[in-house]
Amino acid sequence: MQTQTASEFDVAKVRADFPILTQTVNGKPLVYLDNAATSHKPQCVIDTINHFYAAHNSNVHRGVHYLSQLATRELEGARDIVKKFLNAASDKEVIFTKGTTDGINLVAQSYGRKFIKEGEEIIISALEHHANIVPWQMLCEQVGAVLRVIPINDDGELLMEEYEKLLNPKTKFVSVNYVSNALGTINPVKRIIELAHAQDVPVLIDGAQSAPHLKVDVRELDCDFYAFSGHKVCGPTGIGILYGKQHLLEQMPPVQGGGDMIKVVTFEKTTYNDLPYKFEAGTPHIEGGIGLGRAIQYLESVGLDNIAAYEHELLEYATELIGGIPGVRIIGTAKDKASVLSFLINDIHPHDIGTILDQEGIAIRAGHHCAQPVMQRFNVPSTARASFAFYNTKEEIDALANAIHTVIEVFG
Amino acid sequence: MADLSELYQQVILDHNKKPRNFKALETPSITQEGHNPLCGDHITLQLELDGEVVKDVGFQGSGCAISKASSSMMTAAVKGKSKAEVEVMADEFVKMVRGELDPDTEENHLGRLKIFAGVKEFPARVKCAALSWRTVQAAISESHDAVSTE
Repeated sequence: MQTQTASEFDVAKVRADFPILTQTVNGKPLVYLDNAATSHKPQCVIDTINHFYAAHNSNVHRGVHYLSQLATRELEGARDIVKKFLNAASDKEVIFTKGTTDGINLVAQSYGRKFIKEGEEIIISALEHHANIVPWQMLCEQVGAVLRVIPINDDGELLMEEYEKLLNPKTKFVSVNYVSNALGTINPVKRIIELAHAQDVPVLIDGAQSAPHLKVDVRELDCDFYAFSGHKVCGPTGIGILYGKQHLLEQMPPVQGGGDMIKVVTFEKTTYNDLPYKFEAGTPHIEGGIGLGRAIQYLESVGLDNIAAYEHELLEYATELIGGIPGVRIIGTAKDKASVLSFLINDIHPHDIGTILDQEGIAIRAGHHCAQPVMQRFNVPSTARASFAFYNTKEEIDALANAIHTVIEVFG
Repeated sequence: MADLSELYQQVILDHNKKPRNFKALETPSITQEGHNPLCGDHITLQLELDGEVVKDVGFQGSGCAISKASSSMMTAAVKGKSKAEVEVMADEFVKMVRGELDPDTEENHLGRLKIFAGVKEFPARVKCAALSWRTVQAAISESHDAVSTE
């Protein structure tokens, strides 16, 4: 990756795009370091949603009237933006969902129930978010399949040789995250996909944490499915994307029935609609899709490579500064990491850390990060997690370090 | 603005560091589990009853400073009390941390437990303080289902 210095990246200019960042919390300037949970929205996304309701509101895909055509064009325009963002081969491969969780559940319940049989195996990893564990456990219960888990080392990196051993003729699906939400580890997904494909096993990539930070080309990666959430890429909540290869999506049955996903309905027989509508039953989250399209345009205008380079700089700065405070232990020390810093301070409970930081206006996450197996692996109930976005600054990381000193003082 | 020193008072920090009655009882009459699924706090509470009176009490588990100190001070407060008295204190304590009872102006039986009054300024932490009291409530009631703050 090309490195870029902070001076070339104008963080002050970027911050001006996010109205929420100017407020104070508990009398201190807001320092928002909970970006892995959700990202903030630039004014252009807020304006786009506002404008949709103020000027274009209508239902899509059915009206002959002016507004309906406008709304349809906008929503389908957003799909096209996502298609180009992912470098998907066709709009048919881009399905609007509620979010990453929804996308993974769709694949488990559609592809999984049709193609995975009793005694066959699904591989996930020890780094997964609950959203990439529970849908597969539910599928395993339904069809009698078996869940296998790629273990990790003490740095929070996948043990690839163990993965190779897990792959066997009974393996029918692999589903792993690109970036761990709890630790920030960037997984070698290209290699994971190659190894699975060598045995004709399809792979889903949980992109919830990679979409905001890394440029992803689904054709170059050759993943079979890629799921991500709008709200983590500066877009609205309640909208997400499932990318799937067309030949797979075509073989998959819809999971939800209803309007928009049909061609013809009689009481005797229903003919399903074409892709991608087959998987989009009911009135979609129209302003969500349009807002997501605008958010992606915004990220592209900032530049995904610039974002990745700048965030990496923030991570390195924070790792050195925070990791250097006596009593602080960083959990997750993979060589290849996104901008997530999970940590503990002495034996102070992360909830207490979170409360004291909040008094300083600093928002972090304290808890198990919906990744309890990761916590179990490191034998801790929870961690404090600071996660950085491209609108964060080194000064904010300095504020975090100062507040950590306050925590240590309070607890003596 | 909520004051941090109201929440993390010296007594609370001391009970967090050196929790009282942090032990397993040899002959418990009741063992009760309680947990806060949101943050993973967990308490195993044991009571030894002599008729209606709490003769001995012990707790184990893991949690934040607020939940641990609350557990520790709860055990110290209920020892020697009748089930009816514990019931009243639990009710008053939960009301206090929710801001529904002002211990300085309204009649109560909380005594030293009043130092948890500051928790009401920290809505995210009310459940941490209340967990041990919810657990002892369940222990002395008829139902012994595990307690959850959710």
